[in-house]
Amino acid sequence: MRFFSRVVLVCFAAFVMFLAGLERGVAQEFADHRYTSEAIEAGSRVYVEQCALCHSRRGDGVDGVDLRRGLFRTASSDDDLRRVITTGVGGGQMPAFDLQPFELDGVVAYIRAGFDPSGVAVKVGDASRGQVLFAGSGGCASCHRVNGQGPRTAPDLSEIGVVRTPAALQRTLLDPSAALLPINRPIRAVTRDGETIRGRRLNEDTYTVQLIDSEERLRSLVKADLVEYEVSETPVMTPTTLSSDEVADLIGYLLTLRGLP
Amino acid sequence: MKTVQHTWPLALPSGGLLVLALGALLASAPGALLAPRHLRAQVTYDRILRSADEPQNWLTYNGTYSSQRHSGLDQITAVNVGDLESKWVLQNQVFGAWQSNPIVVDGIMYITQRPNDVMAVDPVTGRVFWRFRHTPDENARVCCGANNRGVAVLGDKLFMGTLDARLIALDAINGRPIWDIEVADVNLAYSVTMAPLVVKDKVIIGVGGGEYGIRGFIAAYDVDTGEEAWRFWTIPGPGEPGHETWDDDDWEHGGASVWVTGSYDADLNLTYWGVGNPGPDWNPGQRPGDNLYSDAVVALDADTGELVWHFQFTPNDGYDYDSVQVPVLIDIDWNGVPRRLMLWANRNGYFYVLDRVTGEFLTGTPFVKVNWSSGLEENGRPIPTPQPAGSPTWPGNQGGTNWYPPSFSPSTELFYFSAWEDYATIYRPAPAVYSPGRAFLGGGFDVLTPTPGAPSVGIGRTTPINNWTDAVGRGTVMAMDPRTGEARWKYEQFDVSDGGMLTTASDLLFTGGREGHFHALDAATGELLWKASLGGQIVMAPVTFMVDGRQYVSVISGHTLVTFGLRD
Repeated sequence: MRFFSRVVLVCFAAFVMFLAGLERGVAQEFADHRYTSEAIEAGSRVYVEQCALCHSRRGDGVDGVDLRRGLFRTASSDDDLRRVITTGVGGGQMPAFDLQPFELDGVVAYIRAGFDPSGVAVKVGDASRGQVLFAGSGGCASCHRVNGQGPRTAPDLSEIGVVRTPAALQRTLLDPSAALLPINRPIRAVTRDGETIRGRRLNEDTYTVQLIDSEERLRSLVKADLVEYEVSETPVMTPTTLSSDEVADLIGYLLTLRGLP
Repeated sequence: MKTVQHTWPLALPSGGLLVLALGALLASAPGALLAPRHLRAQVTYDRILRSADEPQNWLTYNGTYSSQRHSGLDQITAVNVGDLESKWVLQNQVFGAWQSNPIVVDGIMYITQRPNDVMAVDPVTGRVFWRFRHTPDENARVCCGANNRGVAVLGDKLFMGTLDARLIALDAINGRPIWDIEVADVNLAYSVTMAPLVVKDKVIIGVGGGEYGIRGFIAAYDVDTGEEAWRFWTIPGPGEPGHETWDDDDWEHGGASVWVTGSYDADLNLTYWGVGNPGPDWNPGQRPGDNLYSDAVVALDADTGELVWHFQFTPNDGYDYDSVQVPVLIDIDWNGVPRRLMLWANRNGYFYVLDRVTGEFLTGTPFVKVNWSSGLEENGRPIPTPQPAGSPTWPGNQGGTNWYPPSFSPSTELFYFSAWEDYATIYRPAPAVYSPGRAFLGGGFDVLTPTPGAPSVGIGRTTPINNWTDAVGRGTVMAMDPRTGEARWKYEQFDVSDGGMLTTASDLLFTGGREGHFHALDAATGELLWKASLGGQIVMAPVTFMVDGRQYVSVISGHTLVTFGLRD
């Protein structure tokens, strides 16, 4: 009995240490992908002094641009924003600004934080590089569907740039189990005749569950007809192993996915 | 893997019992009907063409291209129909008459609800897999409610027309939009309320807006891209045949909308569409001429949209007699000769039989009291007898029948539809001035109160009390013998009925009406076999389908879709 308690205690301690490590790892990861609060703070001052005259304090003073909400005419990545700020826009539309590097980063950070000095400013990289990562080493396209291409087993991402903020996208990439919407939880069911059904939950009530199975079929199961039924809180998706720059590129690409024109 | 474990009470039959039960099931139904319902297969054009061969599904608005709304299923019979019970109910999330027609594809039901939602539903439990929502433009205008009558399917795609005159293709599995195109200008009050018709690689729709001075059309779009393949204007432009039936610039705002799904004959490669009223609705003197192709059926080449023939039921209509009934295609012996026919109980009160190869008029007989015309000429053209100002016209504005789908049973060789008997309207024509996107009606009519001498009724029932009583028109299920133009039997209801028809291979006729009764009649005799009081108006036809070897019947009543099956 005592031996058993000790084993349990050791296991528990190991588990706590594991969780702590996981937490620290995630925290470091997030920091790599974000601008500091000091940068956002500095950016807010630069913005008010240099940018607000034309773009307004709310960021929507120029037609077709809403800086606070991340709507730009041509820019997509953070580097695009830096380039526009330092070179200006032709035809006298916007002058070039000669800012110190920390001021430039600050303005980008302030924009990415949605003009919230205490907000989170996620780095947004190059969309075209991100698209390559999405289809390739990022491993996204093997489960997600975009604009009619790819499997339907994971949620369709064709409009993800409209419905998720950069910070939410980043969270999903780095810590998918924390970001997983409960409705999307994986289902495993075994029917009376021994068929094992795995899929993503679409709907559920007391007596039935609806899901899309691993063969992309819509299935509706009566729970009373099942011998096993499990709802997992662990998503199929695992934390990304991409570098912070690559994650920024991927976010840049995902933000361009805005549904049908 | 961290899991949330649920345990369910299990009452497993022994293996032997299970095998026995399955064996019995297999012996009692054709193999195709027992295919696992989650088997995912493409809905090819060929499958739609032969949809009568897979009666477990309901693949198009009217069931098949011939639009007979007749199912080959026969598990529910006159003997066991009394054992029907409600299996599930799906509540419409939005108030307003629910005119949608579900389709059932390999164990998944697709249904629309107001204003332009599409839902994928488990047809056994009624639980919803997904919902797609399109929010129509705020300038969208429709005369008669934010109706949508359903979707069409081809391959892995669904197609829906919208109240703001768009056509949207959806992924049938996950409900995501694939393409979304403008069909016509919403600011001119164009809309789409009908379920599209897919023929080969094209999706065909017509436009609503006949009360707003549109110029109607039918158009076909590439199923993969949404690119327009052809367009047929239901009002011919300058230089086109038929343009001479309009005076001056009346054709530009002459209505002729198309808001009910057409039919298709693959051998002839012709697609048939009923065309709506001319505009302004009630002031025919303002638009002299026959006003082609309003109130007509048009036969179009499915590949090109070219007009092959037309037949106009009501020239220069002043009564709102849209010819938006479903063209029902049948092949029977006619005077001893096999012929390809088209049956048409028209809103104008006449029942027509046409040759659908040529459009030749064969017969036309009034099925309700008619006084706007004294009869039909040899070629089917009505002899007009306009009534004096202030006098009632039979049938009234809602017609002897209307858009609700009829049925033809090859078994009984009878044609079934809802008729409004002894129903009239006093019309009051007045000049109308066209203004883009605004109502263009040309007067009005009396329906708000029962008028002495004019047994008129409202367009819809708004209270549970039938205060119209028997002083006004009544609804009849009419079983028409197409060869004689006479009703073989009638099933009379106290109130009028906007219910559509469904017949089955077991000679059952399912229908309902404004009173909220859903009933099963003997299709041969009209005898009442079973009924259920569902409470809400039934304004669409039922459908039937089979899943896992069990036949179901679905019908919409008020805000609920109810699905019946035999008691276990």
